[in-house]
Amino acid sequence: MPLATYQTSVPVVVDDAKCIADKGCTVCVDVCPLDVLRISDMTGKAYMAYDECWYCMPCEADCPTGAVTVNIPYLLR
Amino acid sequence: MAMDEIIDGLSEVSCDVLVIGGGTAGPMAALKAKMKNPKANVVLLEKANVKRSGAISMGMDGLNNAVIPGYATPEQYTKEITIANDGIVDQKAVYKYAQSCYSIIEELDSFGIRFLKNENGDYAVKKVHHIGTYVLPMPNGETVKKALYRQLRRARILISNRYMATRLLKGADGRIAGVVSVNTRTAEFLVIKAKAVILCTGAAGRLGLPTSGYMFGTYENAANSGDGYAMAYHAGAALANLECYQINPLIKDYNGPACAYVAGPFGAFTANNEDRRFIECDYWSGQMMLEFYNELLSGKGPVFLQLKHLHDKTIEEIESTLHKVERPTRGLFQQGRGVDYRKESIEMHISEIGLCSGHSASGVFVDDNARTTVPGLYAAGDMASVPHNYMLGAFTNGSFAGLDAMEFADNHDFAELDAGEIARERDRVLAPTKREDGIPPNQVEYKTRRLVNDYLQPPKVTRKYELGMRRLAEVRDDMEQRMMARNSHELLRALEVASIMDCADMAAHASMFREESRWGLYHWRTDFPEKDDANWFCHTLLSKQNGRMTSEKRAVEPYVVPIADDEKDLYDKQRVRATA
Repeated sequence: MPLATYQTSVPVVVDDAKCIADKGCTVCVDVCPLDVLRISDMTGKAYMAYDECWYCMPCEADCPTGAVTVNIPYLLR
Repeated sequence: MAMDEIIDGLSEVSCDVLVIGGGTAGPMAALKAKMKNPKANVVLLEKANVKRSGAISMGMDGLNNAVIPGYATPEQYTKEITIANDGIVDQKAVYKYAQSCYSIIEELDSFGIRFLKNENGDYAVKKVHHIGTYVLPMPNGETVKKALYRQLRRARILISNRYMATRLLKGADGRIAGVVSVNTRTAEFLVIKAKAVILCTGAAGRLGLPTSGYMFGTYENAANSGDGYAMAYHAGAALANLECYQINPLIKDYNGPACAYVAGPFGAFTANNEDRRFIECDYWSGQMMLEFYNELLSGKGPVFLQLKHLHDKTIEEIESTLHKVERPTRGLFQQGRGVDYRKESIEMHISEIGLCSGHSASGVFVDDNARTTVPGLYAAGDMASVPHNYMLGAFTNGSFAGLDAMEFADNHDFAELDAGEIARERDRVLAPTKREDGIPPNQVEYKTRRLVNDYLQPPKVTRKYELGMRRLAEVRDDMEQRMMARNSHELLRALEVASIMDCADMAAHASMFREESRWGLYHWRTDFPEKDDANWFCHTLLSKQNGRMTSEKRAVEPYVVPIADDEKDLYDKQRVRATA
């Protein structure tokens, strides 16, 4: 069966101007219990790669520059 | 390297005691094992990252079952938990917990984890349960994980993050031999030989589908997909009372606790649409959940947690805990909805079903030393059968597991690994990555969990269960023959689906075995609506025997703390009686 992609608005938002992943920081990617954050090859910044979020907050709480914001997933809001 | 690329690799290491799961019970088990024998190697394996894994990822707002001298006695607590569980309790383990948990509180305090104290410096314990007083708030409970992590580093516990254990290995003599695990970001295998293994992988919390439809919006940390239940089952260990589901009263849609344990002692209460109380006690029991369920369907729903009658300062104090600890996005959620606790009550709903002894009694069967029925295999925390054990139970029973497992490891050599078994497991794990075409794990998972809601959620109806089990078997075929994973992250999800499927099958099988109703909503069988003590005053043990799922009865151990006849049904009287 062929696959199609499915659009979804992701709850975790990263402010590229504040994110220092391009300088080697991986804190948010490291702490996420669901392992859904990654560093983009294109921008060098962290982003939510998989919409599988428990809106639990370690990524936001542990980010050293305050670049990460956790929103409530749209379906729950 | 492309993101989450699958890499071919296998390495093997060995240790004396292996702890699987770094949430709550796991770190304590690892610490205690290491303290018992500092020369031994203790490995803590974690699917996520020990810094922020498990149910208490962002801390905890309080101890729900603290037996503190001056407030409660071990006898009283054992009695309360026995009654709340309709008598189906091996009291020895509960009593041992109740005797030891105060020393664990003191130890946590020495780690820098703070508990609420009154002006005299005594612990400020609150009453939430039906009978006794056991709730100890933790207004700065957000420090728990960090404090634990410091202790793990200090004790030089070897931590392996991002490895998911997939199957336990046993030696020819039936003793535990180790585990097969797979890296969640590269799909490389790590086989760990161990003299003793402690399972601390948390609840089966991704079993039912939340009513929001968001697959990861579960009550439990969504990483807790029941992997330990599945691994224990395939290793031949017995699992107890899986039909005693976990179902909780939660903030509607947000699906986290409101939390009556925090707000209740300040005067908040559960109310119906007439702003009236309908339950006597907010402590989570199956009997209370049945009244909650009945109220929702009665025309007097929705059900609310009501705070608006409280003083502004009191509400502020409640908010400062609720919006900072355990599930800090609670505040963000209410803000988004425009709900101000001063003006509006919090709309509540019931959660999806799960398996969890933290709040109910469904777990891998353990004795009072956290031993499972497989020699050298231990379990603690939400996935082990000590009922209603909550966070403090995870710490305390984790501590028992760590001590006994190290003793076992000190007295046994490694059991021989079976190379054929490892090769077969590798093939099973990688099968979804070998397919060019197929169904993605998220669809298999959604369908499995939707069927759990449609057919397994109480009230439990035999005809529905028969259909549900048939449909689940069809989806299992899809999972085993057609599921496809394109990278290591999808493989992680595919492996979790297998755990979820196993837990669904076990929940259904156990529920059909117990032909009576017990534990209120948790096991309400419409075809057998009455409690039947003559035939079913017993545990049920489920296990894999000759490759087949089998259930059997097991007698309840003689009580340590006797329960008088007029006390036995105290938890059945949850509904507020009408007054003139």
